Amino acid sequence: MRILFVIVWLLLTVPAWAHKPSDSYLSLSVQNSHVEGQWDIALRDLADAIGLDSDGNGQLTWGEVRNKHGEIRVYALSRLVLSADQQACTTRVLEQLIDHHTDGAYSVLRFQANCGEPIERLTVDYRLLFDLDAQHKGLLRLTRGGHTSTAIFSRESTARQFSIAEQSRWEEANQFIREGIWHIWLGFDHVLFLLVLLLPAVLVRAEGRWHAADHFSSACWNVVSIVTAFTVAHSLTLSLAALDIVRLPSRFVESTIAASVVLAGIGNVYPMMMMSRRWMVAFGFGLMHGFGFAAVLTDLGLQHDSLLLSLVSFNVGVELGQLALVAAFLPIAYLLRRSWSYPKLVLTGGSLAVIAIALIWFTERAFDLQIVSN
Amino acid sequence: MIRVLTVVSVIGWFVLSEVGAAYPEPYRPTDDRQVLQRLSFKASDPVARELDTLRTDLRRNPRNLESAVKLATRYIEQGRSEGDPRFLGQAQAVLSPWWNEPTPPPAALLLRATIRQSAHEFNEALADLDNVLAVQPTNAQAWLTKASILQVQARYDDARRACQRLARLAASHVLLGCLGDIAGVTGQSAKGLASLRAVLSDPGLSGRGRIWIATILAETAARTGAIREAEQYFTEAFKVGVTDHYLLGAYADFLLDQRRYQDVIFLLQSETRADGLLLRLARAEQALKLATFQNHTADLAARFYAGRDRGTATHVREEARFTLTLQHDAQRALPLAQANWKVQREPADARILLESALAAKNQPAAQPVLDWMKAHRVEDVHLHQLARQFQETRF
Repeated sequence: MRILFVIVWLLLTVPAWAHKPSDSYLSLSVQNSHVEGQWDIALRDLADAIGLDSDGNGQLTWGEVRNKHGEIRVYALSRLVLSADQQACTTRVLEQLIDHHTDGAYSVLRFQANCGEPIERLTVDYRLLFDLDAQHKGLLRLTRGGHTSTAIFSRESTARQFSIAEQSRWEEANQFIREGIWHIWLGFDHVLFLLVLLLPAVLVRAEGRWHAADHFSSACWNVVSIVTAFTVAHSLTLSLAALDIVRLPSRFVESTIAASVVLAGIGNVYPMMMMSRRWMVAFGFGLMHGFGFAAVLTDLGLQHDSLLLSLVSFNVGVELGQLALVAAFLPIAYLLRRSWSYPKLVLTGGSLAVIAIALIWFTERAFDLQIVSN
Repeated sequence: MIRVLTVVSVIGWFVLSEVGAAYPEPYRPTDDRQVLQRLSFKASDPVARELDTLRTDLRRNPRNLESAVKLATRYIEQGRSEGDPRFLGQAQAVLSPWWNEPTPPPAALLLRATIRQSAHEFNEALADLDNVLAVQPTNAQAWLTKASILQVQARYDDARRACQRLARLAASHVLLGCLGDIAGVTGQSAKGLASLRAVLSDPGLSGRGRIWIATILAETAARTGAIREAEQYFTEAFKVGVTDHYLLGAYADFLLDQRRYQDVIFLLQSETRADGLLLRLARAEQALKLATFQNHTADLAARFYAGRDRGTATHVREEARFTLTLQHDAQRALPLAQANWKVQREPADARILLESALAAKNQPAAQPVLDWMKAHRVEDVHLHQLARQFQETRF
């Protein structure tokens, strides 16, 4: 007997090959005085801990899991304590779902922890499964104000503290500024609209023909008036929409933005239509672009306590991105303005190309079609 | 041309959007009968009953060493036969009253050494074994485990000495298996094969003992290029009729070397749970250009990624092999193979390092393995072929 025992173990030099050991995945998102959480715990681990296989057939069905939701909730919550500044938060499970990771099915607990006061220091005390499986680990992802940190809980380290308050305002503002910059750069419709309006700024229309502007100051003045009008208009509607005072259907907003680009292009090809009132076009359609920005801002997830901060930072980001564009455009356009190609190739040709692109956008958005795969 | 490109990009877009849709999102199943997870055993399985009894015993008296050792042993055996590391963590939890003591009792130390060995903490495991042997110099299991760790570390003289201590402590085949395995790598394969052939011809040798001896014979024969003989020994090992992950992996490697990809698929098609076996299956699927290759590769990549996420790395050999042979990324495979060589030095570890170094055109990286081959007069046709390629290729 003893000898058999000896042999059975020899080949243990082979690492345990099947997938990884037991892990749970915990995501926490800190929002002022409460924490939104999602916790993925392997069904196999829950089966070991509280027994899920009611009919004992070696298979866990959704019915068996669903019947044990009460016990799963009690078990899980008894092994996770969130506390803000030494004060334990009260945790409530919102729903229980299922997800699949590389090593099988997981029970997904979505929960909310209320901590009463705005959280400045969050302590996470994690004690799931360590009594049953000493190699179990809890993989934490903590987000607060756009900043993410990770931690691994193991039997040797069961508690971690995170400071939330310091810097987080500044980090949050920073994050929204960056989002604003990226949005104006990557949202081609805004960029194109502005560029199309700016293209003729270095020219003067006289006797039915384009002439190069004589002074940098006049070109500059044109640009400033257009950019300012656009900025004032979109800031206005962005604020109205973000503060939920005015709401427009997004399909209408997006289609109108595309139409504004088409019209701005037509205005360059047929300059008689809106010669000296380009800033008014910028203002009028700028109102609509503001609603477009607001949709992005909402998608980023606005929190009530920091609404104004996010709004202002996002807008600052948009203006910074816009300023960078103008700063790159103006000198080049001013230098090229005297060449024959500027009015013909750049202004007319460029505007025609933009009209074509914007028409596709308009058709896609207004009629909900997919013309170009993106 | 443009039309073709458009068609291709539209199809590509649809394919990509399908892939995107397949990414997991938490959901609420609609059917109560939907099976979400298969467990290791049914409630009525003898193993489950036995574990249950042992757990109940221990719960009544959690600090009873005898009950704890029994349950932990059972867990480790279960982890071994299923290849599932969860059982090792459970064994460790059972031993927790003694785990962090300055001088745990020998029975707990021996189990701790085994668990540490599985986590590739070889030096810690050896220290535990030495502590066991200081108290119980006749503990055969401790000598055997020590010998196998020393062999993995390429400390062959020390390993041989540990084996020899088994002479009067265990049955003769344990001693001969222990020595024969080392002999097969270190230039004495003829001697090793001869002694183990005699062991295998004993009809009294059965069960895992028989699998063990037959597998050593098969791998040694394969390394010397005796293909037909190796095949015979593998057949002998499978005849025992007990599932053994090590045997499956070794035989699959043998088949892959013979380019018998179809046989690999037949052998492993239902073994997708174990990373090491899925890796070999995917290699065969790649060679046969089967559609399942893509899924299995993506699955393996996700598993290695998840393993790294938790901050432990015991499958570095497998990951290096995956990165080199399935992903063809020699630049990333080489550092993995080098890191692995620092921990484990078996012929398979040598091979992946030589292959990675060759593919990455990095001769100095191969030098430690070439030195090891020379110092121990390592016998292995594949390793010698790779070494020759280094001499013939100018980088």
